[in-house]
Amino acid sequence: MVRANLMVEMRNVSMNYHSPEGEIEALKNFSLAIEDGEFISIVGPSGCGKSTLLNLIAGLIVPSSGEILIKNKNVHGPTSMVGYMPQRDQLFEWRNIWKNVILGLEVQNKLNEETKAYAEKLLDDYGLIDFKYSYPYQLSGGMRQRVALIRTLAVNPAILLLDEAFSALDYQTRLLLNDEVKQIITKEKKTAILVTHDIAESISMSDRVIVLTKRPATIKSVHKINLTCEIDTPLKRREAPEYRQYFNTIWKELDVHV
Amino acid sequence: MSKKLNLSISEEHQEYLRKQKAYQWKVTITQIALLIIILVLWEFAARVRWIDPFITSQPSKIVETIIALHREGYLYYHIGITVMETVVGFISGTILGTVIAVILWWSDFISRVLDPYLVVLNALPKIALGPILIVWIGNGAPAIIAMALLISLVVTILGVYSGFSQVDSDKIKLLQTFGATKLQILQKVILPSSVPTIISALKINVGLSWVGVIVGEFLVSKAGLGYLIVYGGQVFKLDLVMASVIILSLAAAIMYKAVLYLEEIFMRCR
Repeated sequence: MVRANLMVEMRNVSMNYHSPEGEIEALKNFSLAIEDGEFISIVGPSGCGKSTLLNLIAGLIVPSSGEILIKNKNVHGPTSMVGYMPQRDQLFEWRNIWKNVILGLEVQNKLNEETKAYAEKLLDDYGLIDFKYSYPYQLSGGMRQRVALIRTLAVNPAILLLDEAFSALDYQTRLLLNDEVKQIITKEKKTAILVTHDIAESISMSDRVIVLTKRPATIKSVHKINLTCEIDTPLKRREAPEYRQYFNTIWKELDVHV
Repeated sequence: MSKKLNLSISEEHQEYLRKQKAYQWKVTITQIALLIIILVLWEFAARVRWIDPFITSQPSKIVETIIALHREGYLYYHIGITVMETVVGFISGTILGTVIAVILWWSDFISRVLDPYLVVLNALPKIALGPILIVWIGNGAPAIIAMALLISLVVTILGVYSGFSQVDSDKIKLLQTFGATKLQILQKVILPSSVPTIISALKINVGLSWVGVIVGEFLVSKAGLGYLIVYGGQVFKLDLVMASVIILSLAAAIMYKAVLYLEEIFMRCR
């Protein structure tokens, strides 16, 4: 059953963590298929194993059982197919913007004229070329996060993992950056997986929203997002008539108690 | 923007700046006055025999002693030896300590095995090892340097290692997703983000190294400012002791300033 346009496939993946205090089941018989170019969001209760999911796809940890395939190939350790975008930008303060952007290329020994030109083009395309030799502390939070995205894109991964990538930003910056990042990801034709706490963000950004259960995480429901709006940007999508309906449904499913 | 502010500086702000400046002057003048008062009182008290200058020495005698030492040419020899021992001590302590911290970071097993030993060595007053060092290494500068090194080594290992452990795990994770090897993680994130920790270890080590060197010179008693102090004490030449202590404090202050300057350079081009 090989589907050509399948980017990520998780088959019956379980993940247990061991510590002297005992064993924790983080994921149980988890199966998920993500198509090429799809933008999916994963929401779920805190500590339900969302990060585990990303770590597994990134190849940072090995599942206790089951298989993870990227482009029909088994994942054994980190690959350059997957790019990871952390919660806070994690720019290195001692490197200037350019040196931060080429960090991944440096690590993968891929620093050559071609990749440098691509990284430079990304900086130029997304309005950061004037800050090439600035240091991270000279940039605003939103700009820093954009640099972080370009750092991830510079190694040209097929899949982007966004780990609460917007949650450290203030609300206005966050909305603006939602728009920008979505636009960049669509333009660069990347597959994206966004882990978030924010239901509104998940609906406004993605093609599908996956709701997880409490630990051990399994899929509670999948929502294919179909919104009627003329301009398809996260900000405009929040104005679509169906938006509220999706919000209420997912809110109820998450069953949040304080 | 700051230029604009300077052009249209308000009366109120001028007044504020003037007050700030006046306050700073007040502090500086009081500092100098305090020093002069102490010196004058000391000299006066010694001359009118409120205190016995044989025991307490006096500023004029100290200056005479320093000039005499300078004429004989011994002064710079002793300063040179002490400074050399201290510099070698704290630089080697910092480098060796950092290298060992890297080894501990690299291998969790080694770090777990050595943990109790480090705790005991850290608690032990290293000066107690002085006689052992002299017997093993010989009665000379190498033993003194070893003393200075030993005194700063364990503190450096523990400080730098804990600095390594405090590096943001998300930064490490980021590098791992790029497929970084352990060596790359060390080079690209652990070491550069620990530069401030290593520099602050260096600053602590300057002070510790002075302690190690002076105690070492007390024990070895061959040359250096520590030797002059202990010799002066034994023959009851308090002028010599005081002169050496003053030179020592100046040398220590200059070295500390030099390290601060080094820190500035390092932080700029790491």
